[in-house]
Amino acid sequence: MRALLSTLSFIAVMALAFWAYRENYATQTQLKEMAKVQDQIAALRDEIAMQKAEWAYLNRPTRLRDLAAMNFDRLGLMPMAPLQLASVADVAQPVAQSLMMAGTDQSDGVLAPLLVGSEGAQIP
Amino acid sequence: MIRTPLRPLARILDARAKGQNPDVIEKENLAARNDALRDRSRARAEKRLILLALCFFASFTVIGTRMGSLAASTPTEPRSAAGGSEISAQRGDIVDRSGRILATNMLTYALYAQPRDLVDPAHAAAALAAIFPEMNANDLLRRFTDGRSFVWVRKVLSPEQKQMVHEIGDPGLYFGQREMRLYPNGNLAAHILGGTAFGAEGVNSAQVIGTAGLEAAQQARLSDPAQSSTPLTLSIDLTLQATVEEVLSAGMTTLHAKGAAAILMDVHSGEVLAMASLPDFDPNDRGAVVATHDQSDNPLFNRAVQGVYELGSTFKIFAVAQAMDLGLVTPDTQIDTAQPFRVAGYPINEFDGHNYGPTKSVSDVIAVSSNIGAAHIGLMIGGERQKQFLTSLGLLDPPQIELLEAHSAAAQFQAPWGEIATVTASYGHGVATSLLNLAAAYATIGNGGSKVTPTLLHSDHHTQGPRVITEATARACVTMMRRVVTDGTATFANVPGYQVAGKTGTAEKPKKTGRGYDKEKVINTFASVFPASDPQYVLIVTLDEPVEMAGPKPLRTAGYTAVPVAAEIIRRIGPLVGLRPIIEDAALTAPKQPVAQE
Repeated sequence: MRALLSTLSFIAVMALAFWAYRENYATQTQLKEMAKVQDQIAALRDEIAMQKAEWAYLNRPTRLRDLAAMNFDRLGLMPMAPLQLASVADVAQPVAQSLMMAGTDQSDGVLAPLLVGSEGAQIP
Repeated sequence: MIRTPLRPLARILDARAKGQNPDVIEKENLAARNDALRDRSRARAEKRLILLALCFFASFTVIGTRMGSLAASTPTEPRSAAGGSEISAQRGDIVDRSGRILATNMLTYALYAQPRDLVDPAHAAAALAAIFPEMNANDLLRRFTDGRSFVWVRKVLSPEQKQMVHEIGDPGLYFGQREMRLYPNGNLAAHILGGTAFGAEGVNSAQVIGTAGLEAAQQARLSDPAQSSTPLTLSIDLTLQATVEEVLSAGMTTLHAKGAAAILMDVHSGEVLAMASLPDFDPNDRGAVVATHDQSDNPLFNRAVQGVYELGSTFKIFAVAQAMDLGLVTPDTQIDTAQPFRVAGYPINEFDGHNYGPTKSVSDVIAVSSNIGAAHIGLMIGGERQKQFLTSLGLLDPPQIELLEAHSAAAQFQAPWGEIATVTASYGHGVATSLLNLAAAYATIGNGGSKVTPTLLHSDHHTQGPRVITEATARACVTMMRRVVTDGTATFANVPGYQVAGKTGTAEKPKKTGRGYDKEKVINTFASVFPASDPQYVLIVTLDEPVEMAGPKPLRTAGYTAVPVAAEIIRRIGPLVGLRPIIEDAALTAPKQPVAQE
């Protein structure tokens, strides 16, 4: 009984020693890996800073303005004007459809004021 | 436990039989019992003491060992820790209010030489002089051969230059890595950002220190390693700044001005959204301050902050605001504008020899910009109260803003604030102050009367300043300034939809000789708040010596120079700041000709 116990505990100690040995080296490998990754992160971060600077440089307002002027033929970009802003209520409703629905059972006389109110809408 | 009897019957009987005293036996037994009891408790106490000693020993050993190992080992960063919060740059970035980069860092190389390692100093010097036009081969050769062991050749290199130096192939030329400051937007917001220079320089790094503007004023914040990963957020908006600079520059060219400045400010928080001063410079390559006779001709000079000017009629609204606040006048009170009018022997004239008849209402005094009317209002207030009021608006102090240059821009005024000073200050002469102060004072009127402290730093929380004028007065002032735009001297500023309210100012520059004013050289200012129904922004536009040459005779009043430029700026920035245009019948009609007056 005693022999069996000591044999078992010896085996357990050996197994644990082997496990600890492996863990030690695995940890060291991981640490080295981590150091490498961190160096990569630092390098990438430097690159990101550089890319950001470049992005800001390429998007500087003077350059964008010159590009907009150069490509005016194709893009036709103009500075925003105050009267380009409007509220939703100012947007013309699709008149034609409501006209057709209204036109089926109402006379032209009733429709007339409805049409005057909306710009550019014409009765065909 | 079996208790040993103190008087065992057998021994007592035995002792009695022998004629001994049985009490002795009892005492003997009692003593033995006490001994046993003592031994037991001593043993127990001993055991406890040993246990306690062991505990102490163990804990002291653990602590001692840990302390020893900490003291003996070299400190290292735990490498397995996550690398999320590592410091990426040594100096914090500067970004605008929506996070667009205004200033950042870039990795570059410095070039230095160790002459002992130079194989062929003469060839190296000649080759370097060929790469860098600013260097002189003979000069370099002298420095390489005069016995020193270390020579700085150049502070920054572009990658192409670095490659060319590599190709010289001399082992005595070395590259030192360092970070340099980069302003990707070039001249944009140059006066706000200021500039940087290298401070302490080492072979592998160099300290970047701010030399002007915000870079210098915020040096501590920007170089704080704990905050270097969080950028410094300015109140400036890149798009607005670019627009203001573009329009201002175009206006300056068209009107032949030698300089121009503009400030756009939020009336509630005092945050400066755009601030431009022309001519400007490139902060990437900031020149040295040139010591000329007239500092204001130097591109490095910030007209918006450093320049102190007599701002002319833009001051009239302050006299009116104070008089209304004191209950002396209402917008309809008739003010004496009769000529001639003399104060302390000096004649007070209207601009350009105009005459507005015997009386004008306060509102009209502002609309047509009558000097005599403003002078009378000033006299009603009195010098002491007037000076106090202008001080409470911050007009007589150096501008309060996070720029190094601000402290030196002290306002100028006559030291004993006499009667003549009171009169001239009412229409903006004899008092010279910074444009930023003017913007803050107009913001005070615009926001309903609370003092505004200008700032360049963006923040979500702003404390309301102390009340300077009542809300009713402030509202009435804005209404009067709206009349200046609809019927007065600034009709070109009637931008449809934005209800501009403002006041023009044309101030002749004092002659260089120090006596009198120069009629041909004027500072034109337009100070505006918009929209008038609920003011949100203040815009100040100033042109230095502008002249409008399109008509038959040259025009030098603000109504024809600063006002159209300001109108164009408002037309452009209105949609950018997201102001919904207010459609009103008057605004849709074409602007009238301005009243030909200042």
